[in-house]
Amino acid sequence: MTAVRIADDALALACGADEVAAAFEAAGCTVERVSSWGMHWLEPLVEVAGLGFGAVTPGDVPTILDYPRQPRPQAGRELWGEPVEHHPFLARQTRLTFERAGKTRPLSLEDYAATEGWQGLARARRLPPEQVVAEVVQSGLRGRGGAGFPAGVKWRTVAEAAGERKYVVANADEGDSGTFADRMLMEGDPFALLEGMAIAAHAVGADMGYVYVRSEYPHAIVRMRAALERAAPEIAPFRVEVRVGAGAYVCGEETALINSLEGKRGEVRAKPPLPALSGLFGCPTVVNNVLTLAAVPHILREGGAERYAALGTGRSRGTMPVQLAGNVRHGGLFEVPFGITLAELVYVIGGGTASGRPVKAVQVGGPLGAYVPTAQFHLPFDYEAFADADALIGHGGIVVFDDTADMAGLARFAMAFCAGESCGKCTPCRIGSTRGVEVIDRIRAGGRLADAVERLPQMHNAAGTPRSVGDEIALLEDLCETMRFGSLCALGGFTPYPVLSALRHWPEDFA
Amino acid sequence: MDRIGRIDAIVAAHAGREGPLLPILHDVQAAFGCIDGEAEAAIARALNLSRAEVHGVVSFYHDFTAHADPRPVVQLCRAEACQARGVEALVGAAQAAAGVRVVLKTVYCLGMCSVGPAARLGDAVHARLDEARLVALVEGA
Repeated sequence: MTAVRIADDALALACGADEVAAAFEAAGCTVERVSSWGMHWLEPLVEVAGLGFGAVTPGDVPTILDYPRQPRPQAGRELWGEPVEHHPFLARQTRLTFERAGKTRPLSLEDYAATEGWQGLARARRLPPEQVVAEVVQSGLRGRGGAGFPAGVKWRTVAEAAGERKYVVANADEGDSGTFADRMLMEGDPFALLEGMAIAAHAVGADMGYVYVRSEYPHAIVRMRAALERAAPEIAPFRVEVRVGAGAYVCGEETALINSLEGKRGEVRAKPPLPALSGLFGCPTVVNNVLTLAAVPHILREGGAERYAALGTGRSRGTMPVQLAGNVRHGGLFEVPFGITLAELVYVIGGGTASGRPVKAVQVGGPLGAYVPTAQFHLPFDYEAFADADALIGHGGIVVFDDTADMAGLARFAMAFCAGESCGKCTPCRIGSTRGVEVIDRIRAGGRLADAVERLPQMHNAAGTPRSVGDEIALLEDLCETMRFGSLCALGGFTPYPVLSALRHWPEDFA
Repeated sequence: MDRIGRIDAIVAAHAGREGPLLPILHDVQAAFGCIDGEAEAAIARALNLSRAEVHGVVSFYHDFTAHADPRPVVQLCRAEACQARGVEALVGAAQAAAGVRVVLKTVYCLGMCSVGPAARLGDAVHARLDEARLVALVEGA
């Protein structure tokens, strides 16, 4: 009986992995379901006796089982009969957070323990909590959700805060388009997240944790719950509950997420007080992204903090699981130390566009991230370098667009998205986003005439004359400034990034 | 068991949880296909909240609806990554196929950003959709 390994995460299933698995079983093979390697253009990816076969259909099964007597089914088919790990896409990566991707069965405690699982937690629990915090600080790990705040500093704040009850919350409300690393981790290596949470709990003195998963991720919810059931004795006395969101993008913002966990409307809270001091139910709370927490077990192993800190560039230490998405030939998960340039990621790793047309722009960091033109592709992946270029790394998603993209349409979409998802708490976001859609529509219509009300003699402040495109653009820039500096959270505050970057780099699209 | 009795049973099943309202609302929505005024009042009574507080939460989240709709729902991702992969060109055909029999909803991101366009029917996600496959999905819903 031949053993066959096929991924079973949501993406592999959506690409037909179950049908392929059934075909192998029908041919008498034993099928083992593992996590995804993250080479999404090759899914469903099949491994037979250590050899990989990409983009397999049920019809390929006889050919694969007769390999190497049967030739490749078609010329140019990537990955056919070679060891998966030798593929350049994987060989160029430094996988720490995703060290088990493609290699283990996601819900196997045996596989997890055999791949250094629970070692970080065991070592952390032998250390005093202050030492655990110190090692996370030393590693240089920063929040992977987007803000890039040093994780160790946040933990220290919670550890030193007064309070009988403290919480650890994993933010798994991965709503940004172009990102899927949280989903892959929860579906492929759920114990790593639980181990990271248990280490955080030991460091700050929490005994209860929550994983807040978005409802758009049904597979991740089921997988996390199953993992929790199996791993409860390993993380005890720390307890964790999986909570499901309800379709609100803004709940990815930490204070809105806390409100949602409390059973309230997912409205953003004003800061201060910081959640680290007064978070869930008014108690000191660590809220970290899935990737931040999943990086922790590695850091807490013997010498892990030094190894982590030795990677990266400037103040961005360690590795970033970059997600290549959109119109890209080789889409998937690419974990690499900070410092790699956009050009390398998009052209060398990603292989350019899937459509074969020239790249026009990439959006980095989700719906609130700037559109970056090819002229800026020399930018290194680094929090500060991106901030200096009026862009952000966010959650590490890169969405590639080819030359057919309508940048004015995408700018309008950014405003419309903000209007649709605004929690309504602050005015710049709630109303500014709707006005933003209108202004962009007027720019695209070539300005507008003064309306009947503006022409009334009583309207002293209205110009009463037609407004040119230049006037409307000035208005849009002014509006964006108000949103950027006047909004309570990143939703209203960062929506100007995609809008203004599109306007600045592709003014011709607004004509 | 009558409707109120079933709602009370759902609330009781979540006793002991901290901040139990969202899990309760998910279960009520799943059981009845909606959370109407009567359900809001019953939940409010059981949790010692005002009905306004419960209604505020129900109306905030996209997943909760005030009226039941028995029609099948296809959620089509129309976020930036799927736009970059050409989802907008499929929308017209999908809407025509859906007609009034199927509800075609827009969702922002199913996490299939490298293999879009993607759509969700029930808990099954479908990727690499072209017009023919999307239309077939909608027609088979």
